[in-house]
Amino acid sequence: MLELKNICKTFYPGTVNERIALDDVSLTLNDGDFVTIIGGNGAGKSTLLNMVSGTLPVDDGQVIIDGVDITHYPEHKRAKFLGRVFQDPMTGTAASMGIDENLALALRRGKRRGLGWGITKKERASYVEKLSEFGLGLESRITAKVGLLSGGQRQVLTLLMATLKEPKLLLLDEHTAALDPKTAKLVLEATDKIIKESGLTTMMITHNMNDAITYGNRLIMMMDGKIIYDVAGEEKKNLTVPDLLAKFGKGFANDRMMLSGNE
Amino acid sequence: MEFLISMYNSLPGVAAEGLFYGIFALGVYITYKILDVADLTVDGSIVTGCAVTTVCILYGVNPLVAVFIAFIAGMLAGALTGFFHTVLKIPAILAGILSQFSLYTINMIIMGAQAYLEKDGTNRAPIPMSPTAYASISKFPLIVSSRDKEGAAIVGFIFVVAIIALLYWFFGTEFGCSLRATGANSKMARAQGINTNFATVFGLMFSNGFVALAGGLLAQFTGGSNITFGAGAIVIGLASVVIGEVLHGAIFKKGSNFAVKLAFVVIGSLIYSLIKRVVINIGLDTNFLKLISAVIVAAFLSAPNLKGNKVHKKKKGA
Ligand SMILES: Nc1ncnc2c1ncn2[C@@H]1O[C@H](COP(=O)(O)OP(=O)(O)O)[C@@H](O)[C@H]1O
Ligand SMILES: [Mg+2]
Repeated sequence: MLELKNICKTFYPGTVNERIALDDVSLTLNDGDFVTIIGGNGAGKSTLLNMVSGTLPVDDGQVIIDGVDITHYPEHKRAKFLGRVFQDPMTGTAASMGIDENLALALRRGKRRGLGWGITKKERASYVEKLSEFGLGLESRITAKVGLLSGGQRQVLTLLMATLKEPKLLLLDEHTAALDPKTAKLVLEATDKIIKESGLTTMMITHNMNDAITYGNRLIMMMDGKIIYDVAGEEKKNLTVPDLLAKFGKGFANDRMMLSGNE
Repeated sequence: MEFLISMYNSLPGVAAEGLFYGIFALGVYITYKILDVADLTVDGSIVTGCAVTTVCILYGVNPLVAVFIAFIAGMLAGALTGFFHTVLKIPAILAGILSQFSLYTINMIIMGAQAYLEKDGTNRAPIPMSPTAYASISKFPLIVSSRDKEGAAIVGFIFVVAIIALLYWFFGTEFGCSLRATGANSKMARAQGINTNFATVFGLMFSNGFVALAGGLLAQFTGGSNITFGAGAIVIGLASVVIGEVLHGAIFKKGSNFAVKLAFVVIGSLIYSLIKRVVINIGLDTNFLKLISAVIVAAFLSAPNLKGNKVHKKKKGA
């Protein structure tokens, strides 16, 4: 499904600030894989997702989705294959546009945008239906500006936008990290439900080891720009937080991950 | 009393000028409010519109066709800024300044073409490039002219209505929405598959098209073109946008339709023209206008921020 071949990325090469963010990373995802990604701060998790989404260009290596080499596709062209939710709730939606208008933009992802209407009555009705499933009351204020919503509501909306037109791959970069624990749980459960319903191939970065173990069928851990651990299936199901800490605890001593893992 | 009479007499002219500058302000609105780019190209492209229209008319082009040619010339000016900004990755403000600077010379060359033409065909004099170059078209057939201010206001009104209708439709289309998304949140726009570079370039072109069209109408209205009148035009445009916005906010507390917002941009421009006329009729030097304009823009732009501060302070005190 997704193939990453020998991806390298260095920031500020040749300067004192040189930082190897990804060091020859290769990874293959199978159709329907739901991979959780953990690792200490600066391990290269976000950079890995940015290589897939094209937010940043790779220095070296290849990104292949369903056999198509997209390494040199610009970000907007790759969007056709991808659904994305970001850490900051402000990033995924346009605050000055309505809930319905944001969804309408998302529905047209990967399509040519011509001079037809940007939103139709019929699709508005379908948005109302879809939003009501989340039980946040968004369905009754469909034309409200997104800027008026709470962080959690915006993340749910972004999630719906990311999956409205089914992507080949869903990329979640700590998308619940900015939310309070209760809202985070709600958003995470909504995420899991959507992924299960359509069997979406997903990469989810999280700083919470419990969540990384609970959700998904595969877990990878990163450190210093490398994938240092990759488990799936039964082995992953049987993982515990103490296991992970025993194995890799040194890797992120003093990291907020330790704390969230122990909560 | 005398002042009131003179104000009353100047109303048709104020209306016409306010409407033409209203078209200019709509162009500024596209970049400033929709694309979220402060585009300084407009100081140059309004003169481009002016110069192109003047030259076209001197060459015998129909005056209505001439303003559409001005529109296209303005789009090219916008494309230049778009190129600086998206291809060469120059920050938008600087890209606009560079374009404005380039346009100064380009406008002079366009004006030079008319200076050449005014001589008889056999005299192939080099193109005179001069900041004082001025060409008069008042003897030619025009769609708007200061000889008939009421008529000019009516033509201006028709243009304004047609342009607002066009913009209302355009920004409701899929493509128009992609421009709005680009201005609202470019990261999100790219994540949704929008080519934000293309959207930005197109927005700049579209905006400068209307700016130049306004320049074309102003050239006809004032009877000619002059290279320096664009200086500081952006401030007039911004003044119109912010006056319109504040007024709109005061009247429509719950927000309103996009077309109404656009109409208020033009109303802002009409108010600006009126203020300008008051200043002139009082007998103040029109050079004061620039300072007054700057104060108006600063006041209106800061009003929401200052208001916010007050609320904040109150909350803290309570
Ligand atoms: N845009 C960028 N510019 C410069 N350095 C960056 C950039 N993005 C990430 N880095 C650096 O690359 C390393 C990996 O960062 P990142 O992928 O964000 O880590 P993680 O998401 O695992 O916390 C860090 O050292 C970070 O400082
Ligand atoms: Mg990160």
